[in-house]
Amino acid sequence: MDYRLSEDILAIRELCSDIAARHIRPIREELDRENRFPAEVMKVLADSDLFRIYIPEAYGGLGLGSLALCVAAEELSKVCAGVATTYAANALGAMPILLSGSEEQKSRFLPGLASGSNLAAFALTEPDAGSDAGGIRTRAILDGDSYVLNGTKQWITNGGEAKVYTVIALTDPDRGARGASAFIVEDGAPGFSYGKKEDKMGIRASATRELVFEDCRVPVANLIAREGMGFMVAMRTLDNSRPGVAAQAVGIAQGALDEALAYASQRRQFGQRIDSFQAIQFMLADMATQVEAARALTYSVARMIDSGAKRFEKEAAMAKVFASDTAMRVTTDAVQIFGGYGYMKEYPVEKMMRDAKITQIYEGTNQIQRGVIASALIRESASKDRK
Amino acid sequence: MSARIEIRTDICTGCGICISACPFGAISLVEGLAQVSDACTLCGACVEACPFRAIVLRGGGEGAGDLSSWSGVMIFAEQRDGKVDRSAFELLGAARMLAEAEGGPVSAALFTSSGAEGCSALFEHGADTVYLVESPALRHYSTEPSCRLLCRTIALAKPSMVLAAATTTGRDLMPRVARLINTGLTADCTGLEFDQERNALLQTRPAFGGNIMATIICERTRPQMATVRPGVMKAQAPEPGRTGTVERIEPLPGELDSRVVLREFVASTEGSVDISEAELIVSGGRGMKSPENFALLEELASLLGGSVGASRAAVDSGWMPYPHQVGQTGKTVQPKVYIACGISGAVQHRVGMQSSDTIYAINRDETAPIFSFCSQGFAADLFEVIPALIREIRRRKG
Amino acid sequence: MRIVAALKQVPDASEVRIDPERGTLIRDGVPAIMNPFDAYALEEGLRWRDALGGEVIALTMGPPQAEAILREAISLGADSALLLSDRAFAGADTWATSTTLAAAVRKLGNVDLVVAGKQAIDGDTAQTGPGIAASLDWPQVTFVGRVVEMTSGKLVAERFVEAGVEVVECPLPAVITVLKDANVPRMPSLRGKMKARTAGIPCWGLADLGLSEKETGLEGSPTRVVRIATPETRAGGEIHRGSPEELASILADLLLGGAGR
Repeated sequence: MDYRLSEDILAIRELCSDIAARHIRPIREELDRENRFPAEVMKVLADSDLFRIYIPEAYGGLGLGSLALCVAAEELSKVCAGVATTYAANALGAMPILLSGSEEQKSRFLPGLASGSNLAAFALTEPDAGSDAGGIRTRAILDGDSYVLNGTKQWITNGGEAKVYTVIALTDPDRGARGASAFIVEDGAPGFSYGKKEDKMGIRASATRELVFEDCRVPVANLIAREGMGFMVAMRTLDNSRPGVAAQAVGIAQGALDEALAYASQRRQFGQRIDSFQAIQFMLADMATQVEAARALTYSVARMIDSGAKRFEKEAAMAKVFASDTAMRVTTDAVQIFGGYGYMKEYPVEKMMRDAKITQIYEGTNQIQRGVIASALIRESASKDRK
Repeated sequence: MSARIEIRTDICTGCGICISACPFGAISLVEGLAQVSDACTLCGACVEACPFRAIVLRGGGEGAGDLSSWSGVMIFAEQRDGKVDRSAFELLGAARMLAEAEGGPVSAALFTSSGAEGCSALFEHGADTVYLVESPALRHYSTEPSCRLLCRTIALAKPSMVLAAATTTGRDLMPRVARLINTGLTADCTGLEFDQERNALLQTRPAFGGNIMATIICERTRPQMATVRPGVMKAQAPEPGRTGTVERIEPLPGELDSRVVLREFVASTEGSVDISEAELIVSGGRGMKSPENFALLEELASLLGGSVGASRAAVDSGWMPYPHQVGQTGKTVQPKVYIACGISGAVQHRVGMQSSDTIYAINRDETAPIFSFCSQGFAADLFEVIPALIREIRRRKG
Repeated sequence: MRIVAALKQVPDASEVRIDPERGTLIRDGVPAIMNPFDAYALEEGLRWRDALGGEVIALTMGPPQAEAILREAISLGADSALLLSDRAFAGADTWATSTTLAAAVRKLGNVDLVVAGKQAIDGDTAQTGPGIAASLDWPQVTFVGRVVEMTSGKLVAERFVEAGVEVVECPLPAVITVLKDANVPRMPSLRGKMKARTAGIPCWGLADLGLSEKETGLEGSPTRVVRIATPETRAGGEIHRGSPEELASILADLLLGGAGR
């Protein structure tokens, strides 16, 4: 479908596609097998200005917005969702500063993130606080001109690789969610260390690690917004990043569809190409239709954000749910079209199916997303009734 | 009115740049102005060089003018440390054939540190005359001295055709010479033929990665210059005792000067690999899958007394070093037997090995193009056939 | 440093097909790309510009469409670009091409270095680089596998020749031609791509270069293509099938039983 993308965004798409072909495709299988962080690819993305996309021009970025980031994430995900996750997690980590940081914090941190010399990560999840983000335990206590952090964050993408972490911690446990605050913690801060690196089912190129805070001192100047605003900062961040997850899912699905199409035209059974069988044709048609629908919804939400919409949590959740469920279905069908070969690691669709699964889980499970959608629906309906 | 070089005395500043630009030493300063002597070949190098555009090439209109004053074939004999390269003998083989059709003599230009041995080898392989420049400074090839010397030798001998090997040396030297003496040059020819009707050298060469063969002529200017792909032309069997004339040329002052200075030469250890001389080559392509698997081919090749070659795909993947590469961008080989293992036979490979006497191909893919031009094909998995073949040969050899 | 990267637009050789009936190249739908060797030339120029300061000017001669590779060069980091395009340039062989490119380098002025790829994949001649050097009366270093050192006055480079590696020192200005061993070309940057889209690219013709029709294009070319043909191919022989042992036995007969040996 022709989305009438701007020339800048078309340039991003072309660039990401070239980088994926030249620098990611040849090593994706190795990255997956070795659980290896793609530092060299991040360097290429940095040199190619791709970390500048979502950062405003005033801070060394290009200020191209949400749709631009979605297109980049989609293109990279077509080839390797693990690399794409590593890239997109930077946007997630930078988002709290971008959306809620002070002028001073923006000029201190964003230029380094824009150039790609520093990577970023966002830290909310804890062992006992996944979907229930209100259940976080990490404490931050004001002591003189710094806060002292104690606690553990879990499954943090880019953990150990990033230089800049945006961390949600409780400053006032009695007030529950209203007692949370957001902090910027830099790699090397006293009392800040990394726990074990996870061994994951998919997106294995991305680094997923624990962050451990033991009397970690963070300057007061690194508090984002005000005390008590942490939960709001986190929710705004996630609302803004969800189209990015949706775009990753669209990319994974498209990548699997492309592989399936190519394979179906090569593979011969019963003396003919298998794409001449209606059973395969209908699968391909359904896959393509779903991918296009997911892309259309994702781009629409990204454009809504770029046009300045204030509330879009329902739409962002819808895009994330629809695209990630599509990715899971389409990659499963791609494996099916490949048959026995699809189940083998020699062919890329097996990895794509494993990678797809995470998009239904992270940055809010699809069950939580459906909850978000439903509450918004009910709220909207009630407000209509009152009129 | 024949063509001539005209110095515009109203513009000339007497700066002397044209003097060093002239490949034939034909310009001097007289009373602060440039003056052209009879040694001028109208090459126009001075016209290019003059920063004030004070030198004009006038009239003629027929390019180099009288083409009939040029005849015969000159080859540039490559050498290192006084030893003439085998490619020179191949060139002489081609030159003899062309000279027979054209009617002129065959000469060789040899610029070397010591020429005695080289001269006799060149005579034995078919040269009538050797234009010899001897100087310790010529031990190694260097662009500018060789360029000046070859320009002067050509002006002296007026050959109708000049050939050099399409090696890094030939392809460095010849374009510079051709540009300076304003004549045409055809690169990397695989076919040469003299067309008596046209009185022209037909130069055939592959282009577009070997997809097409182009035949090129140089009609209006002389000499007709070509670099020739090593391994394609056949050298004549040497005629012991055959001799010819040595024309010694003494270098002019400054003629051997070079702005580019050789600091060091590191001979390649892989330089000993010369698959172009092997009688049997076992070659591997993309189907070899990994560098380790080339050990299989090494084993087979050593059993059969041959060398190992590789396709571009295998070399590009880093499985074999470049000196082993056969094809358009590698070496041209003509062994008696060529065994292609896991090579699809794309045109870029084919042009480098299709003149082998016999080609055997082992490939799993029966639709691979190699089966359309090999002598005998084996549609099978090379990882099964080659170990079996090695066992079989061992058994037969006892 | 003022560096000129001499580039050529070529048909993507991997996509070239032959019309089997007429034996001619099918050029329709074959994408035009920057000559792959020239990408290494451009990168070499960019590397030394990055290290020493100065500028890289991307230069090409060709039809107006050749501007595409100049925009690509800008997206990769070239500071500016120059197109030489004129009907009078059409049909040029390497003599006329080097004459034309050299005239542009002379007119640009103060150029320290011209970098070109070893050869173009359509013609495979490797003649234009030395031709430019000859036209300018500059020294040349061809088949460069590595530029070891560069200062404002000279360069040190390794020439990869058949027998080994020559380490040579060359004063500037000079012309060098590079192999793929020289470097790893970078990816374009997004800002480069944005700049490339709007950059003004001047176009010089015959009059701008002060050349005459007799020294450019077809008229200025000493050589002329008189025939194009598809390479002769040999006919394929028998194809054997069977067990590895059967096939090995047939092959051993052929190899040891006198056939071809």
